[in-house]
Amino acid sequence: MSQHTVIPFGPQHPVLPEPLHFDLVLEDETILDAIPQIGYIHRGLELLVEKRDYQDYVFVAERICGICSFMHGMGYCMAVEEVMHAQVPDRALFLRTLWCELSRIHSHLLWLGLAADAFGFENLFQASWRERELILDMIEETTGGRVIFGSCLVGGVKRDVDADTLGRIVKMLESMKHDLGKLADVFIEDITVRHRLAGVGVLTEKDAYELGAVGPMLRASGVSYDVRKRNYAAYGGIDFDVVTETGGDCYARALVRIREIHQSVEIIKQVVARIPGGDIAVKVTGMPQGEAFARVEQPRGEALYFVRGNGTKFLERFRVRTPTFANIPAMISVLKGQTLSDVPNIILTIDPCISCTER
Amino acid sequence: MAFFKKSPWLLHYDASSCNGCDIEVLACLTPLYDVERFGCLLTGDPKQSDIFLITGGVNHRNIQIIKNLYDQMPEPKVVVAIGICAYSGGVFSECYNIEGGVASVIPVDVYVPGCAAKPESIIDGVVKALGILEAKQAARGKKQIPAVTEAQGA
Repeated sequence: MSQHTVIPFGPQHPVLPEPLHFDLVLEDETILDAIPQIGYIHRGLELLVEKRDYQDYVFVAERICGICSFMHGMGYCMAVEEVMHAQVPDRALFLRTLWCELSRIHSHLLWLGLAADAFGFENLFQASWRERELILDMIEETTGGRVIFGSCLVGGVKRDVDADTLGRIVKMLESMKHDLGKLADVFIEDITVRHRLAGVGVLTEKDAYELGAVGPMLRASGVSYDVRKRNYAAYGGIDFDVVTETGGDCYARALVRIREIHQSVEIIKQVVARIPGGDIAVKVTGMPQGEAFARVEQPRGEALYFVRGNGTKFLERFRVRTPTFANIPAMISVLKGQTLSDVPNIILTIDPCISCTER
Repeated sequence: MAFFKKSPWLLHYDASSCNGCDIEVLACLTPLYDVERFGCLLTGDPKQSDIFLITGGVNHRNIQIIKNLYDQMPEPKVVVAIGICAYSGGVFSECYNIEGGVASVIPVDVYVPGCAAKPESIIDGVVKALGILEAKQAARGKKQIPAVTEAQGA
């Protein structure tokens, strides 16, 4: 006998700190369909550009999401700077790159912890977050904030970081290497972790491409695509390879993120070695007129920013396409055919950020 | 009841915050800050919770969910509103979809300042909430919790 059951998943649930709702249509334990419902944290902040000065709006843009806050602020600034034809000083670009990569490490460590929590590995959750605190300390020391940095401005950055602090950041990352390696080993080698992740939620290369997946979700399916290779900020002067895996399952997505943590450490070392001197910001005056796009590779994937100015100090339109929003179709296709017990795992491996998605 | 104060269970809900306060709430549970040393435990079930940690302002979509969660929690209960958004909507207070602070829907006992609230201040808020929880329990009278007899305990 087959009978369809609908199980509501969310919005308040222990898997994720954010509200996300799915109606899961099941036949026995197998998922036939997943219908997402969003809007629980919709604030409507894109329309706030009509009420806030375009230079003040950076701080609202940062609060699109508290995890990749700096990158949201930076993406908005990049788009406005293009409209205003502002030439950002090189030192500011390198500092932006530094903070982007620190954000990436903290976001990926956060994800490793949440993923471990989702498959019931409490110890690993705590271990990942302990490492993350060290990164947050560096962020707090250089910007003053732990999750909301407030250090990006239209035309540059707000704070400089002296050579001594930069040296200490590199030293700190070096000393974390051993612990990060141990953490990664558990994810890569441990038989219980493999059992929960390997072969679960497979997304093929073709599907990933056609459904428009972005970020680690796309790269874990074997598509080599990383917006950082388009040389925004200071990435043009940094050597790195795009991390890809071919498995397409939850395990591959975890591997991509683990390898990206190590990659970010290497990028930060290069940034510190190559950072030029000079100003950290250029004064941007005048009113924005015209429109522009900016693209940023966030920890969760490609984010796209669009601004249109009309010659006043208030922008006419601001639009963000966030990585989680782009990944939802791929996630739904992956959920179909899986069992109910794997739902938390699969949802977490796209690294959902609902605050971004709903804005 | 002294034991009440020693193991309060926490319920966390993100009303419409930017996520910043939420990850700080989670950070409180992890080794550096570790609120579990106060006997706190984060649970996903409102029916087993004593303290309601809520972040972000209220919007049309989640107003009913916040009410439901609050109503499902057993008495006595304490609400801790975390971050400036939970107080007034904060930086988003002028957004078209934000109704205002949490206090417009449910009674709030403790406000934690910050954008995003720092883990230290969240812990401070939780510790204050423990005192209020105790006072609320005392106000309800000691008869509420029957003593465990030998037969029940065996």
